[in-house]
Amino acid sequence: MSFQIKEQDKKYDVCIVGSGAGGGMAAKILSEAGLSVALLEAGGDYDPAKDEYRTQLRWPWESPRRGANTQRAFGDFDAAWGGWEIEGEPYTRKDGTQFDWFRARMLGGRTNHWGRISLRFGPLDFKRKDIDGLGDNWPIGYEDVKPYYDKVDQLIGVFGSKEGIYNEPDGFFLPPPKPRLHELFIKKAAMSSKIPVIPSRLSILTRRINDERGFCFFCAQCNRGCQVYGDFSSSTCLVKPAMEKGKVDLYTHAMVREVLTDTSGLAQGVLYIDKTDLNEYKISARAVVLAASACETARIMLNSKSKAHPDGLSNSSGVIGHYLHDSTGTDRMGILPHLIDRPRYNEDGVGGLHVYTPWWLDNKKLDFPRGYHIEYWGGMGMPSYGTGFGMDTMRQYIKDEFGTPSPNGGYGVSLKNDIRRIYGARVGMSGRGESIPQFDNYCELDPNTVDKYGIPVLRFHYKWTDHERKQSKHMHDTFEEILTNMGAIIFGEKPGPDTEYGLLAPGRIIHEVGTTRMGHDPKTSVLNSYAQAHDCKNLFVVDGGSFVSQADKNPTWTILALAWRTSDYIIQQFKNQNI
Amino acid sequence: MDRRENLRLLLSGSLATGFILTAGCNLPENAKEENVAITTYNYGRTPEEVLHDQKMENDVFFTERERKMVEILVDIIIPKDEKSGSATDAGVPDFIEFMMKDYPNFQLTMRGGLQWLESMSLKQYNQSFTDLNEQQRMGIIDEIAWPDKATQEMAYGVRFFNLMRNLTCTGFFTTEMGIKDLDYQGNTPNQWDGVPQEVLDKYGLSYDERTLEICLNVKDQHKIAQWDEEGNLI
Repeated sequence: MSFQIKEQDKKYDVCIVGSGAGGGMAAKILSEAGLSVALLEAGGDYDPAKDEYRTQLRWPWESPRRGANTQRAFGDFDAAWGGWEIEGEPYTRKDGTQFDWFRARMLGGRTNHWGRISLRFGPLDFKRKDIDGLGDNWPIGYEDVKPYYDKVDQLIGVFGSKEGIYNEPDGFFLPPPKPRLHELFIKKAAMSSKIPVIPSRLSILTRRINDERGFCFFCAQCNRGCQVYGDFSSSTCLVKPAMEKGKVDLYTHAMVREVLTDTSGLAQGVLYIDKTDLNEYKISARAVVLAASACETARIMLNSKSKAHPDGLSNSSGVIGHYLHDSTGTDRMGILPHLIDRPRYNEDGVGGLHVYTPWWLDNKKLDFPRGYHIEYWGGMGMPSYGTGFGMDTMRQYIKDEFGTPSPNGGYGVSLKNDIRRIYGARVGMSGRGESIPQFDNYCELDPNTVDKYGIPVLRFHYKWTDHERKQSKHMHDTFEEILTNMGAIIFGEKPGPDTEYGLLAPGRIIHEVGTTRMGHDPKTSVLNSYAQAHDCKNLFVVDGGSFVSQADKNPTWTILALAWRTSDYIIQQFKNQNI
Repeated sequence: MDRRENLRLLLSGSLATGFILTAGCNLPENAKEENVAITTYNYGRTPEEVLHDQKMENDVFFTERERKMVEILVDIIIPKDEKSGSATDAGVPDFIEFMMKDYPNFQLTMRGGLQWLESMSLKQYNQSFTDLNEQQRMGIIDEIAWPDKATQEMAYGVRFFNLMRNLTCTGFFTTEMGIKDLDYQGNTPNQWDGVPQEVLDKYGLSYDERTLEICLNVKDQHKIAQWDEEGNLI
């Protein structure tokens, strides 16, 4: 076997790296405009409609570990192939700091397992510096992205309700599902503290939107991938229809090492390693679109060193990898005593929350600058690994008809009965907030480590600041207030300063963005306002890397809208013969 | 689809749509086909996962004596009652055996705990745990089964029994028998149209008018959604 670089015969108009939300959208829009597209994915082919991949509507006993997360990070039936750790694809951390990097190596990437929470950024979210003086403004505003949000809503489908909240813009919504029982309790409890609870906004088809996709049949398993394409994933809703039109060639198991440039510094194509034969291949294209995820894209750009780009591709600013930021996150849970012995019925509903709390306060009156939203969970979900755990501490909350509590622990018929009685009584909430992007939170190339494909890996440096710690403290105050209003028995101690008020490690919420941020000034940003590289006009980034700031929203809907906007711009550049 | 198949399709041009140029179902080189075929489980696994699970299934963790102890213990924790069978009826020992290998962190607590229990038994009755009569056996179990009442010397045993209880309960209630017992009614195509009225009544709750107005009418699910320019559903 020779090890020379093999060149694919075909030359493409565009080479897209990554098939997640951004890459899938770019593949669809660019190919429909008539451009030939090579779509590269570092993982395997995946289609939840094929039985060989299906985990949807499986029972826990179909898994020898009953759905435990020893193999897949979110449990054995979750759709993601990958996780925070992937064998042979390490990353490292610097100065004792922590960042956990989730990667899904498969067609569609992380859109296969995500929570489908599809929130638009609002007008304030693009101009936070104007409000609190921290971080930077985006070079674009809501009005630039709104037309694309509108189009994404209609192409992909999202349910929600028109609420008229200024910074939570309404869209083209499908009708939301009615709240579940615990969600009605939550709504009542939160409203009594003047905390709003509104229908959630998830990209799940409560109604049919076209003839190609089915509609939701309420199994609550979106994270397992949907056989009828009743929810959004890039593989089913973007890549598949794009490929059917014949202008997209999909390369799977293609691990991109670098973008190749000519002597003038323009991108020529990419170099990748085929994971199945470990040979290097070259793909030539007139434009390169990176959509490998914020951190993987930064890695590729930093690894693409040349005479014209000595510090990495389009890195004259030196900010590639910097301003990395994830959403904040922390959770609390308890049980609702009045749900013990609850009547049974099918409560699955859609995959995830039917109601949520958008950010409702004014940060000017608080000791932290940015907001958060609250996601709720609980009820009679499908039993899985973990059901029946913890009776050594929880059993005391189950009382008999005379009000006598059960003893903790134990065994036998009475224990068995108590597990029946407490089933479905749990309720919990998760805060997801906006952090302030910091230059000192970054990923860079580790000078000492390569992955099993010989590619230098990322090294992370990330610390939360008081902004995030105080926000997390506020989240826990809110959680306790709502849970107390509900009459819940709250588990565990309220986290204090010793644990950064319960803040999860950065990377755990999997909303990391900002590593190749956009801006007007090429000295402080990597991309222009169309996500075109300042230093390389035929290079574009359509993943979360371009974000200047993450709102207190989940990033996917904005990635999709921006990828569409950049794709329109690329088409225009081709038409104007600028590329 | 293997690479050769892809290549054939490429050359013949019989793929009318875009090409998948490398296969998604390549097995690692050491994954021999006959190995893959014998695995019991088939639920959307990647080739790497098939190999892992197969290894777990072929390894044996419990010794014969340990296995007997486990069988006794799980049925103490989840016995048969008027609603469903016992933990051994539901195959819980096999599940625990699998978890020992799948999550090796359990191994020390489990193996050490079983041995500790055996030692207790020999010390108190000069007999193996498996040979004790019920009264003797339950005498020991009662010293470790109630975490709030157990003495400090029993801490090892309590810790072990907590693990055994967790794995037994979860092992039982994730089987077909256990899920039927819990009366979980989902994991099947259906239409969610809100909490049943009698349940709302029981808890003194109701859907407010606006909720009913904006939420999905399940009868409309199949109708293709269309909006006016302001994003209102027509």
